[in-house]
Amino acid sequence: MKTMFDKIWDMHVVDDVGDGMQLMFVSRHVMHELSGQRGQMEMAKRGLKMRNPELTVGSFDHVVSTVPGSKGRGVAWADKMIDYFRDESKKAGIHLYDIGQDGQGIVHVVGPELGFTLPGTLLVCGDSHTCTHGALGALAWGIGTTELVHVLATQTVVQQRPKTMRVDFRGTPPKGVSGKDLILALIGKLGTAGGVGYAVEYAGEAIRGLDMEGRMTVCNLSIELGAKVGMVAPDGKTYAFLKGRRHAPKDALWDQALAHWKTLPSDAGAEFDAEHALDCGSLAPQITWGTSPEDVVGVDGTIPDNKPAALEYMGLTAGKPIAGTKVDRVFIGSCTNSRLPDLRAAAAIVKGRKVAKHVKAWAVPGSWRIKQDAEKEGLHQVFLDAGFEWREAGCSMCVAANGDYVEPKARCVSTSNRNFVGRQGPQARTHLASPAMAAAAAIAGEIADVREF
Amino acid sequence: MEKFTTLKAIAAPIPLKNVDTDYIIRIERCTGTPRSEIGQYAFEMARFLPGGAENPEFVLNRPKFRGAKILVCGEFFGTGSSREMAVWALAGYGIRALIAPSYGQIFYGNCFQNGLLPIVLSSSQVDELMREAESGKNFEIDLGKQTINGTVPFEVSPRRKKMLLEGVDELGLTLAMEPKIAAFQAADRARRPWIYQA
Repeated sequence: MKTMFDKIWDMHVVDDVGDGMQLMFVSRHVMHELSGQRGQMEMAKRGLKMRNPELTVGSFDHVVSTVPGSKGRGVAWADKMIDYFRDESKKAGIHLYDIGQDGQGIVHVVGPELGFTLPGTLLVCGDSHTCTHGALGALAWGIGTTELVHVLATQTVVQQRPKTMRVDFRGTPPKGVSGKDLILALIGKLGTAGGVGYAVEYAGEAIRGLDMEGRMTVCNLSIELGAKVGMVAPDGKTYAFLKGRRHAPKDALWDQALAHWKTLPSDAGAEFDAEHALDCGSLAPQITWGTSPEDVVGVDGTIPDNKPAALEYMGLTAGKPIAGTKVDRVFIGSCTNSRLPDLRAAAAIVKGRKVAKHVKAWAVPGSWRIKQDAEKEGLHQVFLDAGFEWREAGCSMCVAANGDYVEPKARCVSTSNRNFVGRQGPQARTHLASPAMAAAAAIAGEIADVREF
Repeated sequence: MEKFTTLKAIAAPIPLKNVDTDYIIRIERCTGTPRSEIGQYAFEMARFLPGGAENPEFVLNRPKFRGAKILVCGEFFGTGSSREMAVWALAGYGIRALIAPSYGQIFYGNCFQNGLLPIVLSSSQVDELMREAESGKNFEIDLGKQTINGTVPFEVSPRRKKMLLEGVDELGLTLAMEPKIAAFQAADRARRPWIYQA
């Protein structure tokens, strides 16, 4: 009787190094130009060679310019970083997906998109949102630069085995409630330290009902729950999603892999160290009001009074309804919510309407492929007609490392994952929400209940 | 990596919950700043006012806490982004040890890779030390004995303790295990060939 986590963990233990720590084999590694370049520099300094370039995919996301037509190039320091990462990656022989090429994009979008992220793999990346890949039944977590060098040189990582948690998402979410709302509601309930020390398995009817992209959104915010690892058991949706993708196994290997993947879900009766449940049947669309992802309310709720410093930073008054708060910026994108179904959900709200005059709204696809696919469906035209900017693929205004940022004291409804002080730019005020909620805010010019659209 | 054995230094109280790594080091400083220069940007948004002048109210700018090498922090210190530059910035600023009820998990691991000791204590113990720190007196941390000020014991994994005491990071230890890694990979390849057909 094992949990899915236990099965995948045990499959990757190279050795016990004592003291509760284990040397783990990394069967999938993903790199981007920001942390990846730092890792490559450290490798060069130490005179080390990459051990398994064939198990690494690299792309460009954090510092690329998303200005329409920019080809990713913007400021000099970023271009230098991009060029260094490209040169070193080519020398090392990793699978590199360059700017303007099919396969380029936010690493947590393109890993699954390329079929590189597979159920049952142990996947790491120098980025905290690596937990996103857990949506495919992978064991995935983010690492720091020193650990990244360790992976490049040895294809292993030393790790303490986390405890296990299962969250049962009960019921069917009402209309207007997406994966983003489910996970924000959970973080609101358990707090941002609720998952510290745990690998979390998301289960239940509401999770099964989500498409793969929705599950990726849920797993993406595991780190905002305090957990390095979040995962969803693979099922028919997972296999259908993966089949035929570039790096996914083919022919006889596919059959062999599939048979193995079907053994991965937690055994009935497997015990978890902690269990929680969330009733999704009557959930309202969620939106954050403070400077931590746990500061969240239903869009029909009022602004609480328990964090005065956060309210001062956010320029909000306790006791007032959150809906009706005037906004300046809207950002639809990031490794949380930049995939095709996210763009479709936003476009469905935007279609035939106009962005409020005082609002600057952006839609930023998560990958080159998503941008092409969205344009084939005409989604870009829906956004452009409404007054949105339709930009190139990248992390953009989530990380604000690429010239894309929110002005001081401006208020932004964002589909990203962090509403920290200064995250989207110095003194920027961020409200996290789903793509449909962000689209509704762009049209209304204020925080609005998407169920009324 | 710098060794950590004993430390006698001023401890500054930072009684905030959920201090994230974006707050410790801004993203713009993670892009082109050499590691040796990053310390000057630690807590930039709090240490400096928007105009660039020092914020006299921020704890590290108060005269009695200048030169602090220990931070006593609120719950879940170092949450958020995996950026190791947050640890580099603290180390570059001169911080060698942290005391808090809990940490962001990636940040916690990153500390040990850079000679910085993150101590976990109960909330009530941290509150008590926070009050003591307010007086501006020196704290003494002895990693070998696992004590603060000779009286407060703390836990640390023996492996990580050894790494700090000897000033070694994990890589050297793992490189010596290459035969085991190769054997694992050969067995895994036989068991799961599709993994290696990427």
